[in-house]
Amino acid sequence: MDSINVNEATSKELLGYFQAKLDEEAWEAKRNGKLVCWSASVAPPEFCVAMDIALVYPETHAAGAGARKASMDLLEVADQKGYNIDICSYARTNLGYMELLKQEAMSGEKPDKLKNTKAAYVPLPDLVITCNNICNTLLKWYENLAKELNIPCIIIDVPFNHTMPVQRHCKEYIADQYRVAIKQLEEITGRAFDYDKFLKVQEQTQRTVYWWNKIASYATRKPSPLNGFDLFNYMALIVCARSRDYGEITFRKFCEELEAKDQAGQYAFGPAEAEKHRVTWEGIAVWTYLGATFKGLKAQGSVMTGSCYPGMWSLVYTPGDLESMAEAYTKVYINTCGANRYEEFYKVVKSSKSDGMVMHLNRSCKLMGLLNNEGGEYVNKKMGIPFVSFDGDQTDPRVFSEAQYVNRVQALSEMMDAQ
Amino acid sequence: MGESVKTIYTLGIDIGSSSSKAVILRDGSDVVSQAVIQVGTGTSGPARVLEKVFEGQKIGMDDIAYTVATGYGRFSVKEADKQISEISCHAKGIYHKHPRARTIIDIGGQDAKAIRLNDNGNIAQFVMNDKCAAGTGRFLDVMSRVLEIPLPEMGEVHFHATEWAFVSSTCTVFAESEVISLLSQGVSRENIVAGVHQSVASKACSLVYRVGMTEDIVMCGGVARNKGAVDAIEKELGKHVIVVDSPQLTGALGAAIFAYEATVKPE
Repeated sequence: MDSINVNEATSKELLGYFQAKLDEEAWEAKRNGKLVCWSASVAPPEFCVAMDIALVYPETHAAGAGARKASMDLLEVADQKGYNIDICSYARTNLGYMELLKQEAMSGEKPDKLKNTKAAYVPLPDLVITCNNICNTLLKWYENLAKELNIPCIIIDVPFNHTMPVQRHCKEYIADQYRVAIKQLEEITGRAFDYDKFLKVQEQTQRTVYWWNKIASYATRKPSPLNGFDLFNYMALIVCARSRDYGEITFRKFCEELEAKDQAGQYAFGPAEAEKHRVTWEGIAVWTYLGATFKGLKAQGSVMTGSCYPGMWSLVYTPGDLESMAEAYTKVYINTCGANRYEEFYKVVKSSKSDGMVMHLNRSCKLMGLLNNEGGEYVNKKMGIPFVSFDGDQTDPRVFSEAQYVNRVQALSEMMDAQ
Repeated sequence: MGESVKTIYTLGIDIGSSSSKAVILRDGSDVVSQAVIQVGTGTSGPARVLEKVFEGQKIGMDDIAYTVATGYGRFSVKEADKQISEISCHAKGIYHKHPRARTIIDIGGQDAKAIRLNDNGNIAQFVMNDKCAAGTGRFLDVMSRVLEIPLPEMGEVHFHATEWAFVSSTCTVFAESEVISLLSQGVSRENIVAGVHQSVASKACSLVYRVGMTEDIVMCGGVARNKGAVDAIEKELGKHVIVVDSPQLTGALGAAIFAYEATVKPE
């Protein structure tokens, strides 16, 4: 692939370039006999990166397929394999995609659906790593991948935090899981774990996370130079490249652009007066209707300035301290009790100076959607601002109704006007 | 002598999924004319309801100071100066008719919603059905066809039930099969009708429980004309439910009031 001038490229160009580069590097690893690992989105990548294992992220791949209107084909493959439509659509999209890759590997021929798909072309894994800090579906999903492909499965088991702060024994338990994962990787690769590189990778991860959080901080300014939906676009790199410098380079550039925009009096929707309302979005994006969900809000002058979802990758810890890293990966807000979760949501709504909340009741992700209503009520009681919910799905396009969504966000806008 | 005050006429149009409604208001409070056509968006309904609402009136479209459109078809009304969601319009219309209303149950052709109002008549919270026709007017349409009882008669038939049949399914398609099965078992139509209304009530009331129930509870939308459905909702909630006059027209009325407010308080 063509190289890029990092100093001259825009952050959007860098985003596209590094996303393609990550896929290319996975293929290159495959060609050179190096290992490729499929990873859950909030599983720690630090171990694999330290061991020079290429990473591919099924959730990001599925989201990309959804955004390119390519998920339905893959969901149908999973349907045909007998996966129930009540299962998470990320899992079904990925299991469908894996099936097509497997058919290609077994027959030497690309199935038509793989030939014609607009989803990114990524290689099959040699191992998988998962972590149940964002849901338990990830366990069975990755076990299925491992079983179907007869490859190793590394599981980082993270207990749910029924109370906060995180208990010491939980941190110790998770740190032990990390130690076991390191041993597994040593066995799989036949090499000793590189602890020096691991420390550098942890430091890199912290730099990336710093710039990721810095982007979100621009939405606390009023008017906001940041269109919150951009967090959904740039999210690919905090998920897939937080332990590399790709995310850091891109996010820093994006921050520079946002700073310049703010200085020039240009905001999310252009002039300051175009920002009529500020809303917090709760839940995963509706990737199959990303444009429609954005335009529905924009038509009302509602800028998305807050969301807990991108903050799931605010994985701040002390490099060299496994228990600190354990804490970062376990205190993801959806892995915590209601009381903490609502408070985290409240902090986002408050710091983003939101006038209203939009709740995505995501058919795929019960963990994200189940307590939305309670979260909305909690914030409503504290701040008196309204919320609205709508039905949708992250990558199954059959669940979302644009007319219903538009109706609800318009009603929310009218409620905010009446406040 | 003071200046003569010009009469202001405003129009509210509510284009729903299964009917089109229009209301002409004089000076923001007196209903000059109202009309309903029983077909909705994407049909001849919107044009016909406009024609009908002016029938026999001395005023025409040129005399209308401001028009607000609402309902799912609101963006297709060319005559509209502004579009407002039907959630706000129903709330406005109901509060105008019944200022003590605090909880609204609106069941239309494909929507069921519960709205909680604050003391100023503003919307405090609302919830709607998901992407499913269960518990809406469409559900009753389907059941009316299966039971061979015209929709306007369903309410009356309900009160002849001796024992309410149990229609367990919340899915229109499955409930249809269930009703057919009940018919084949010899369960009386009256008892099945009551069971169908109970099914609608159960779905609608789950929305009410979510927004929180505060009296007065007022019902509007086409289904409010069905006394059997209202009876089932009252029994489910254990509360009195007030049905406003012309319940199908509260959205259009609210739109006409918003239109009046826009003329006297321009943005």
